[in-house]
Amino acid sequence: MKARQKRLVLVGLAIVGVGAAAALALTALQSNISYFFSPSQVMAKEAPADHVFRLGGLVSKGTVQRAEDGLTVTFDVTDMAQTVKVSYTGILPDLFKEGQGAVARGRLGDDGVFYAEEVLAKHDEEYMPPEVADTLKTAHAKGMTGASDAARVAEQTTGAAAPGAVAQ
Amino acid sequence: MIPELGHFALIIALGLALVQAVIPLWGSFNGRRPWMEMARPLAAGQLTFLVLAFACLLQAFLTDDFSVLYVAEQSNTLLPPIYKVSALWGGHEGSLLLWVLMLGIWGAAVAAFSRNLPLPMISRVISVQGMVAIGFLLFTLLTSNPFERIFPVPQEGRDLNPLLQDPGLAIHPPMLYMGYVGFSVAFAFAIAALLGGKLDAAWARWSRPWTTVAWIFLTIGISLGSWWAYYELGWGGWWFWDPVENASFMPWLAGTALIHSLAVTEKRGAFKSWTVLLAISAFSLSLLGTFLVRSGVLTSVHAFATDPSRGTFILAFLVIVIGGSLSLYAWRAPSVSGGGRFDLVSRESFLLVNNLLLAALALLVLFGTLAPLIYEAAGWGKISVGFPWFNTMFVAISPFLVLAMGLGPSTRWKHDEPARLARLLWIPFALSLGVLALCSTGLIFPGNLSVGLGLGLSTWLVLTQLVALRERLKNKGGLKALVGDLRNRSRSFYGMWLAHIGVAVFIVGATLVSSYGSETDLRMSPGAVHEVAGYRFQFNGAQPHDGPNYRAQRGEFVIYKGERQITVLHPEKRSYLSGGMPMTEAGIDPGFLRDLYVSLGEPVGDKGDWAVRIYYKPYVRWIWLAGILMALGGLLAVSDGRYRTARKSVQVPAGGGLARA
Repeated sequence: MKARQKRLVLVGLAIVGVGAAAALALTALQSNISYFFSPSQVMAKEAPADHVFRLGGLVSKGTVQRAEDGLTVTFDVTDMAQTVKVSYTGILPDLFKEGQGAVARGRLGDDGVFYAEEVLAKHDEEYMPPEVADTLKTAHAKGMTGASDAARVAEQTTGAAAPGAVAQ
Repeated sequence: MIPELGHFALIIALGLALVQAVIPLWGSFNGRRPWMEMARPLAAGQLTFLVLAFACLLQAFLTDDFSVLYVAEQSNTLLPPIYKVSALWGGHEGSLLLWVLMLGIWGAAVAAFSRNLPLPMISRVISVQGMVAIGFLLFTLLTSNPFERIFPVPQEGRDLNPLLQDPGLAIHPPMLYMGYVGFSVAFAFAIAALLGGKLDAAWARWSRPWTTVAWIFLTIGISLGSWWAYYELGWGGWWFWDPVENASFMPWLAGTALIHSLAVTEKRGAFKSWTVLLAISAFSLSLLGTFLVRSGVLTSVHAFATDPSRGTFILAFLVIVIGGSLSLYAWRAPSVSGGGRFDLVSRESFLLVNNLLLAALALLVLFGTLAPLIYEAAGWGKISVGFPWFNTMFVAISPFLVLAMGLGPSTRWKHDEPARLARLLWIPFALSLGVLALCSTGLIFPGNLSVGLGLGLSTWLVLTQLVALRERLKNKGGLKALVGDLRNRSRSFYGMWLAHIGVAVFIVGATLVSSYGSETDLRMSPGAVHEVAGYRFQFNGAQPHDGPNYRAQRGEFVIYKGERQITVLHPEKRSYLSGGMPMTEAGIDPGFLRDLYVSLGEPVGDKGDWAVRIYYKPYVRWIWLAGILMALGGLLAVSDGRYRTARKSVQVPAGGGLARA
């Protein structure tokens, strides 16, 4: 082969490789991304019924309940306008607390309960996942809530932060 | 008074950086020797004032000077002294100061250890480093001054995040930053060469050891981070594809490609433009990593100290650095390209494959990390990319990388006969296929395709490296050559060899722990027994236990294998006195072939029951052992005698070229 042909072969191989990688990346992405929805969006049936998504908001005070035996725990997640019940089996992250922000990843059951596979909690008084903060701000702006809580929490997003925690 | 001194030292450092960025560079273009000779003293002066600033902040931490806002936010009188030191880089302002200090250290090191470089070259390198320093010093002084005072002075500080009160994390950021910032040297060399218009083998030879040292630090930093996440976060995972982890992994991938590409440029004079592009990319990705970590644009499980306004500054800086260097590249690169030709079957080809795959991986990680931003900006909704996606990408691409890694070291430069390669490597190939088949079908032990693939690839890698070693020794006269090589001049081959073996060790660890590891969440009453992978875990309840600055509930687990007691583990649930935030301290029984790992969730019910998580982690230590092997390989390569002696021989022509440029 001449040098030019060789170079063409190499370039051709590189293009085929890049194309294959890009195709693989995009196809695989479709099945691995999870969208974020607020409780209001879930109640408005905007969230997919058959696909994993993330639900975020504040954990309502006084709603965290452990089952008598086993590790199932239920709690309400709210954006101050709407509330969705979440059920999770396993160990919650250290920083999971009533009255604070949390994001759960899982599926919506036919009974309207969100079955979480993973719970991500904020980690200290000053950090809030950006999506949750937006959710609270939106609900607040629409005047759906009189709670000054939402605004207060939303304002805290710019504070200093440290690690959050994940439970799987 | 001392904090103001520190602040003042930073301002002087900025002033010096301004001079450093302009004068030596200018001198290098109009041939004014005194201007160029200012480069080295300026780099040393820069370091002096940065050390002074750093020492001032350190003093504030050690004396609990809570009139300094940053100290009040990060420290506490109860904090053990060693963590008062590491608290310095526990937050945004301090870690930035550490970043700048590292930059100063690298700059001064380049000035001190490159006496043999031609003056125009070294002055340009140091000037470019000065430009980077200007950016970071401005950033520190304008948006994140660590010396800011607070009034009224609080009685007590807010304390360091408990997760960071750990020896692993005390040294993790300095290592990582040494790596990040180290790529600024490779970047500065590349920009200097572009400015001078002369890229040759000598340039690659000067740049190579610096790049390798930066890569070693980054490798150690990433391994430490992974190890820390494993034992400290209590989730038992060693990699989460979290944006912050990706931020350190992208420069590592680009840096790995760079050290391979530099090898080709040095030995064969090929890949020149590509090497320069990689050097720019590696440093840009380091900057991007800093941006991602600091700006808080991405939800990260370890989102440290985030602030959007700071993000804007770094973004602007990023645009200037990347835009500027790529424009320079576009303008200059056409004049420096060209170089050694090579055939389709040659070591260059396999290194090219390696480079393309590593670059593809880096781009994929970048894409996966930024996808949530892209989606949100495009109005497609708020998404997160799950870690299975990243795993799929790596499992799909890495096998080709490993195949090339096996072929490369046995292949000759420029041209090789496929028949010769086949004769050399058919045995490793057949054996690896055998391992793949045996492990995939589960004839010997319960295996599956991913185990087969992983073990087959590591077999291939180990055997091909052995063949390459045997060939080398055969040509040089047996085992005696090994001793001679290691004693004096050709250590770099063994460095490569060790690092490649490290990759094989990594694949074994990652494959086995993900295929055979187990994780169980369960509720245990005192006295209850649970069996995992042949080990019986007996829970003896949890008792209160007090530490120096925390209170804990301390569980006791006795672990048996058969009738034999193996160990007793004491996982803890801590709450720190300074704040209510609880923390999980895992109980781990480490082993070469397996880890047993227990962590306490929370108390359940009123009979002393606990939610407990039990992990069985086979071969997980091999992952970090691989990091150590790669870093040692890097060290061997850097200590190669040729970087010290051969420099002089290439100095003359290169220097002449640069002086004319």
